[in-house]
Amino acid sequence: MLKLMKKEDGFSTPYTCMNAIKKGGIETKLSMVLMGFGNFVHKQKIKGLLYLAVEAAYLVFMLMNGIGFLSMLGSLGSVPQKEVWDEANQVYVYTQGDQSVLILLYGVATVLLTLLMIWVWRGTLKSAYKAECLDKNGQHVNTFAEDLKSLLHENLHRLLMTPPMAAICIFTILPLIFMICMAFTNYSKIGNHLMLFDWVGLENFKALFDSNSILGSTFWSVLGWTLIWAFFATFSNYIFGMILAMVINRKDTKAKGFWRFCFVLSCAVPMFVSLLIMRTMLQPNGAVNVLLRNLGWIGADASLPFFTDPTWARVTVIVINIWVGVPYTLLQLTGVLQNIPEELYEAAKVDGANAVQRFFKITLPYMLYVTTPYLIVTFTGNVNNFNIIYLLSVGDPVTDLASTAGKTDLLVTWLYKLTIDKQYYNIGAVIGILTFIILAVGALLTYRNSKSYKEGGI
Amino acid sequence: MAAAKMKSAKTKRLINNTIVHVVLAILAVIWVFPIIWVVLTSFRAEKGSYVSTFLPQSYTLDNYIKLFTDISILNFPKMFMNTLIIAIFSCLIATFYTLAVSYCLSRLKFKLRKPYMNMAMILGLFPGFMSMVAVYFILKAAGLTEGNMIRVALILCYSGGAGLGFQIAKGFFDTIPYAVDEAAILDGCTKWQVFTKVTLPLSKPIIVYTVLTAFMAPWLDFIFAKVICRANSDQYTIAIGLWKMLEKEYIDSWYTSFAAGAVLISIPIAILFLCMQKYYVDGVSGAVKG
Repeated sequence: MLKLMKKEDGFSTPYTCMNAIKKGGIETKLSMVLMGFGNFVHKQKIKGLLYLAVEAAYLVFMLMNGIGFLSMLGSLGSVPQKEVWDEANQVYVYTQGDQSVLILLYGVATVLLTLLMIWVWRGTLKSAYKAECLDKNGQHVNTFAEDLKSLLHENLHRLLMTPPMAAICIFTILPLIFMICMAFTNYSKIGNHLMLFDWVGLENFKALFDSNSILGSTFWSVLGWTLIWAFFATFSNYIFGMILAMVINRKDTKAKGFWRFCFVLSCAVPMFVSLLIMRTMLQPNGAVNVLLRNLGWIGADASLPFFTDPTWARVTVIVINIWVGVPYTLLQLTGVLQNIPEELYEAAKVDGANAVQRFFKITLPYMLYVTTPYLIVTFTGNVNNFNIIYLLSVGDPVTDLASTAGKTDLLVTWLYKLTIDKQYYNIGAVIGILTFIILAVGALLTYRNSKSYKEGGI
Repeated sequence: MAAAKMKSAKTKRLINNTIVHVVLAILAVIWVFPIIWVVLTSFRAEKGSYVSTFLPQSYTLDNYIKLFTDISILNFPKMFMNTLIIAIFSCLIATFYTLAVSYCLSRLKFKLRKPYMNMAMILGLFPGFMSMVAVYFILKAAGLTEGNMIRVALILCYSGGAGLGFQIAKGFFDTIPYAVDEAAILDGCTKWQVFTKVTLPLSKPIIVYTVLTAFMAPWLDFIFAKVICRANSDQYTIAIGLWKMLEKEYIDSWYTSFAAGAVLISIPIAILFLCMQKYYVDGVSGAVKG
């Protein structure tokens, strides 16, 4: 099976790692220990030396720091910070204790570096074996200059992908693994574990799933609201944007460009600016309430509780999200709508279908078919939609003072509050992982079940 | 009979059209209303944050002048320069990353192509803020969280993830016919030359789009900048500055200047956005098509 798959992808080559170990000559086998030896013997002196240099650098790093980092990873440090009375200067001095965060960070980085090293090691073996085979068969072995040149042609992907990959490893993957590790520790302000913490296994997950504790009940209510929010935010925008796009696209609508411009203008304003503006407008003494008072629709001192009443706040964020999101949907769906074959509508009209039926029987199914991937992306984006909630309501109102989340808090904003404000890093990490799991399962299921995936069209 | 029927159909259409246009007009007012309000507020002469009248009573330019002259607490010009520097550098790096990755995934065949795309999808499902604290620790360990190095840190942050946002540019590259590449290869071009001399010149719209989105990110991002800058107020970017103006201790004296700042930031971004609207739509529909 594995062999079959390898053949299929078209990248099969005789110069694999296994072959190198099994069939390689003594010099190839020796390069398992002394990296680059095989290349060095077979006319690739510079390449061999470079490999050797990499190995040396790795070994030096491991001996100097790496082994230390790895050995600390199990205990995450145990020396507490101490207060010592400095007799000479008459002050208390703090001795340097272990910092578990840094130990964990360096440990994870060392593990990643080691994995990278294993990958390079495999590369050297393959390269050594290839050089050996070519040299023995009397074929041409690439010189170093030719190798460099190949970076511009056959191996262009290595040249172009390496810098972005490095950046992703350092700024996305390493932090992510680091945070995932935190979910299994007691790194938290609770119990004063900010300097020194330990592995606690699945304790944090248990605490979060225990619906009797405050944390547990908060989690379930926040999760429920997150899903409700994501559902309404996605589909209200989608349907409303689609209807708007259709109305503007109607044959009889005049000044199409002008209408489109009016709506698009609001997404030309940076989102955080428009959200902050909205927030100030909806305050108890903000512009909207003032306007309603001036119009005499509400009492002179009354104000609508946009962000102070839980239900009002929830409806408000969804409505504001429509205001923010519909112009984008309008932009994106206009093109797709124009692609619906006109004959379908003609045929439906002949059969006597009215506008509503045409929408539900033709437009909506067609749009769902084409835009399922887009919907999944939007739904995911809404579950993780930090900006709208944080900039509009900051998760308020908080009705239950004991809980750490407000009534409009999503999992992400709760995560942010827990990590940045409360410094419950471990619980924050657990929430992040759970968000990921929910999203991944949801995305996979919908994607697999979508028509566009099954028919392989998209 | 037939004429009457036609006439009634005509009136029906007229009524329909009127309703549609009235509804559109109402909606357009709702959508444009906050924007007009903020522009008016930025010229408002009355001080204070919340006032009892909806429209300003008198107008002035002082709010704009204050923004650029009152630099003792919130140094707007400095924030502007910070953001500009960060935007220029992160834009250069991010554009290179995005275009390079998109080209590779679209045109080159290599083993890690599929795994890379799957990895990008999986990484996209994690909440971005989850790793924020960790990024801060990494930058701190590298000594990039003090003084002017904060700018470097922000540049690295904004450009670091660019390699994962390849979908739109890849969608565009996919539409360029392979025959062009093959012809160039036959003429003796290396793939690098195909990339720089054939593909890129053919991809001006998507380059413009990538450059502009990358350039705009630092102006719009607020959370990352806040976490990394912490209390270093001389390194603040525009977004944090505007946010600060709405905090309790500043809002009374800075509210109208906040509106002025919001208008100033929005004008260039709105122009950029309206210009590249077409590319945006093309890019997104390209992405939808896969």
